[in-house]
This record gives sequence, C-alpha cells and structure tokens, in this order.
Amino acid sequence: MELFQNLALGFGIALTLTTLSLAIIGCILGTIIGALPGLGPSNGVAILIPLAFTLELDATQALVLMTSVYYGAMYGGRISSILLNIPGDEPAMMTTLDGYPMAKKGRAGDALVLSGVSSFVGAFLATIGLMLLAPILARVAFYFGPAEYFALYLLAFCTLGGIGAENQAKSAIAVCLGLGISMIGVDNSTGMTRFTGGNLHLYDGVDFLVAIVGLFAVTEIFVFIESRGKDSAIGVKLGKISIPIKDILATKWTMLRATTVGFIAGVLPGAGASLGSFLAYMSEKSLAKEKKTFGTGDIRGVAAPEAGNNAAAGGALVPMLTLGVPGSGTTAVLLALLMTLNITPGPLLFNERPEVVWGLIATLLIANFVLLILNVPLVKVFTKILQVPASFLLPGVAMVSFVGIYSLSGSYFDLLLMIGFGVLGFTLRKLKIPAVPVILGILLGGHMEVSLRRAMVLSNGDWTYLFNSYISVGLWIAAFIGFIAPIFLRSYLKKPTPIG
Amino acid sequence: MSDRIFGSILTILALTFFVSATQLESPFFADPLGPKNFPFIVSGAALICSITMIIKPDKDPLWPNVKTLIKLFTALVVLILYAFSLKTFGFLLPTALASAALSYLIQPSIFKSSATGLILSLSLFTIFKFGLGLSLFPFPKFLLG
Repeated sequence: MELFQNLALGFGIALTLTTLSLAIIGCILGTIIGALPGLGPSNGVAILIPLAFTLELDATQALVLMTSVYYGAMYGGRISSILLNIPGDEPAMMTTLDGYPMAKKGRAGDALVLSGVSSFVGAFLATIGLMLLAPILARVAFYFGPAEYFALYLLAFCTLGGIGAENQAKSAIAVCLGLGISMIGVDNSTGMTRFTGGNLHLYDGVDFLVAIVGLFAVTEIFVFIESRGKDSAIGVKLGKISIPIKDILATKWTMLRATTVGFIAGVLPGAGASLGSFLAYMSEKSLAKEKKTFGTGDIRGVAAPEAGNNAAAGGALVPMLTLGVPGSGTTAVLLALLMTLNITPGPLLFNERPEVVWGLIATLLIANFVLLILNVPLVKVFTKILQVPASFLLPGVAMVSFVGIYSLSGSYFDLLLMIGFGVLGFTLRKLKIPAVPVILGILLGGHMEVSLRRAMVLSNGDWTYLFNSYISVGLWIAAFIGFIAPIFLRSYLKKPTPIG
Repeated sequence: MSDRIFGSILTILALTFFVSATQLESPFFADPLGPKNFPFIVSGAALICSITMIIKPDKDPLWPNVKTLIKLFTALVVLILYAFSLKTFGFLLPTALASAALSYLIQPSIFKSSATGLILSLSLFTIFKFGLGLSLFPFPKFLLG
C-alpha cells in the first residue's frame, strides 16, 4: 500500500510539464551521447552536470534530467556497436559481437530494433526492481553505524576494479590516489588545512566536478587526438526499418534471463553495466544448445547484452540511492551531482526527501517509453549522428567542458586543474589503471574518513569496534573476497574479442 | 618499464604524503584518530601498491610516437591558453581559435578546421548565452568598454 502511495507521489511530480520535458530532453541528449562513439554515459553526464546547474533546477529536476541522459546513453550505446562495430560506450562492447555480424548480413535495421526492444525490457524491469528493492535496502541501511559505513566504503573500493579487473594493485592505487586527493583542503573535524601546499585555491579542496570532467572529457580529447578519430564513417548501410516480431518473440526468455543477471550485477557495488552485459551474454551462450552461431549474428547475442546492460544501469541506482555507494562509473558521477545539490543519499533520503526518490523512479518508468519510441521508430534519425566527424565533435566536447566548469566557479585555476586531471587520466588510461576508482575515492574519501573517526570516538580509540556487528564483519569478508576473487577468476572470465 | 617508472613516481608521492602528514599537528581537542592517521593508512596502502607495480610490472603500453606526442603536447598548450584567455578575450575569439586548433590536430584540413571553429564558437555562444543564460562576454572586455 505504501508503495502505491509513494508511486502516486512520484507520478504527481513526474507528470508536471517541466519534469516531463526535462526527461524527454534528457532522453534525446542521452541517446545522442550514447550513439556517438567514444562519448559514453559517464562522459555525457559529467559534461552536462555543470550546465544543469546553470538552469537553476531543483534537486528532483536536476536528477531527472541527468538520469534520463544516463538511461538514454545506455540505450544509444548500441547504435554504433551495430553499425560501426565500435561500441558507443564500454557496456555496449558485447553488442558488437553479434550486432555487427547481423548488420553485415543486411539485417542492421532488425538488429537495431531488436536491441532497442531488449534495452526497453531490461531498463523497464530494472526500474521496477529498483522500486521494489531500494526501500528494503534503505531499511537495512538504518542499522548502519559508522563502523558499518566504513566497511561498506571499503567493500566498494575493493570491488571497484570489478571481476574483470586486470591488475588489482592498479585498481587499489587508483583508489589511493582518489583518497589522497579527497584529503586536500580543510579538515572538517579540526579546522586545520591539509596537503594544500599553502595554495589558497585548494583550501576548499578539489571540486569533484572538476576532477570528473577532467578525467572523463578532457582525457577523451587526448585519446581521440592520439587515435586521430579514425572511427567516424558509417560502416554498414541501414535499410528500411521494420519490426522483427518473430525475433522479438523468439528472444523473450533470453531478454528476461539477461535482465535478471544484469540487474543483480548492477546492484553489486563496483560491478556496473559492463559486467552486466558481459555476464548476460556469457550465460546466454552457455545455456544455448548450439553455441557456434554466437559471434556470427545470433539474435540472442544481440538481445542478451542489451537487456543485461540496461538492467544493470537500473540496478546500479539501487546502492547509489540507498547507501550512497555507486555501482558504476556513471552512478559515481550522479552521486557527485547529488552531493553538489546537498543531498546525502542513504536511508534518510527515502524518509526525508521522498519526492526526490519517487519522482525519479516515476520519471524513469515514463522515460523508458520515451526511449522506446526514440530507439525503435525514430532510430534512423540517431544513426545520422554517427556521420558527425570527430574533428567537429571533440572540439565541441572540449569547449562545453570548459564553459561548464568555468560557469561553476569562474576561476581559471579550476580550468587548469581540470586540464591536469585530463593529463592524469590519459596517463592512467595508457597504463591500464582505471579512472573510476580515483573519482570514487575523491567522492567518498571524506565520508570514509569521517566514518572511521566517528567509530573511533564512539569506541574511544578501540579498533576492534570496526568488527563489532555481524553486518560489518560480513562487509569486511565480502570486501576481502571481492579483492581476492578476480585474481582467481581472471582466466575464466576472458572477454571474447570482437570480429574485426 | 612504464609501470616501473610510474610506480616509482607514486612511491615518492606516497612517501611525501606520509611525511607531510607527520608534520600535521593534532590540536589538543582532537578526536582519538586525529587528522593524521587516515592519511597514514592511505599512504601506507599506496606504498604497498606502488612497490607491487615496480616489482611486478605489466607489459609496456604502446606509447604514441614523437609526431603524435608533439600533437598531444600542442593540444595541451592550446587548452591551457584557452583557460587563460577566456576571461580576458571574451568567448568568441578564443573559442573559435581553440576549437579550430583542436579540430586541425584531429584532421589536418585548414578549411574544415576553420569552419569547425567558426560554427562551434557562434553556435555554442548562442546556446550558452541565450539558451542557458550564462554571463559570457562575446568580445574582449577592453573592446566593450
């Protein structure tokens, strides 16, 4: 009953003209961002956040706009996977495996529609999953004290590299970099400055939006210049779009299975959409009687990863909203948005600001239908975007990033810092050190330290207090396993390489 | 080798972080953990990881060749100059020049990059100024008076 009341509250907010228009604008922008190769959801949301502030939106509206962009980008990522064999974003990598071969067989339109429908199934069911699971998890989170939160942050950091992480030391070093940066500035407990080197600009600490836009968008500019934007021409001709009802019906169970797998992968901290699409594809392949057709344009190989990654995108919102611990790179960026809006995600959010949570959930339910329309009957419009040359797109991204950050603070120091983060991001990318843990370290470092210090105040400096409840012991064990497991699982989880 | 170099830099960074944390003075009213201990823990973890990177490096990545490095460095200089010029020279001119330069670095065609600079500068100004209401100056302040 409570659920229906909450939903009614949510739809009351979602169905206002402003919120609905923001959701539609977000969906369109997101699909465009997702479709453009190399400009994934994290990049897109990161670049747009500073601009969203200039619109002076309230918390719910800003969150609705950005989450619609996020969902849109997850849908749109498949377009260039199928037509160009280049994933529009990382989670869409698995869609290249069967999507591109299917397009090469002259069924590009069918592949786009089928993947659009499976994206809808994944995202819509995941939003319902979010609606059901988030309040339960929020209630559990009421039992969390500082010791439990400290263990939870540790779990997020330990699992952040994901099961697919290639080198755990590198993931951990990225976390340490982020935590180190988060400590720069005034220490809130004592009022002392730390690690500022006497620079006045750093007294307020490093603004995480500056770090995020630098590490995502500016890095992308360097990466593109290095690769000289080779990938900007249309690969496969797109014929007439029709709806392949037979294929959609044939893959209905695939979509449902992939949605379940993807959603669970999304909810787990640090796993994210890439793992969701990967596990969905692999589990579908292992269930299939005839495995040889996978990789040659099998419809299940198109439906599964798309349902999986979109379900994971919805699932990743669960830990972000209920615990304040993001499950993926883009949700980390969304967390930055919430924190800048002075909203602390967690159990209290559900009680104190129900309009934010339920307004968001109701809008996402509606946004999925908007996205279905944009991505099935109107998909042809978005394929035109792939013709925008990189030599036009990337300077545009750079300028938008600069103006976004400049409009926030008006300080050239922040712009220089952003460029610095761009260089750091490029170096990290080259050395295969993941950038998302750096961002999460910057975002959560302060909270993690405060939790530890509060725990020590409560226990009068007794470290065993960190293990004083079943929840915290469980989280410590999960963190340990999450850190160690990839070392053993690596050989089992080798990603299949796309066909060139 | 790259991992070893980066690992060494991080080792030095972690040690510097550790040393500068020891310099922090705990006020007499500080909590049991104080402002020092969390930095100690993090720099300790960073030290272990960076030494692991030195001992067990991955294969070297494919670094860009000299020509590409020059291009990347040029892009960096363009971005830095853009950051400095935005306030003094207004939006239109620096944006047109910077985006034309970046465009040229990706695809060396004078016509295309000039067009990119011009279109981006004018269209972004229209969106930012009139769509989003940002307070951007189109021209240098000394010209506007």
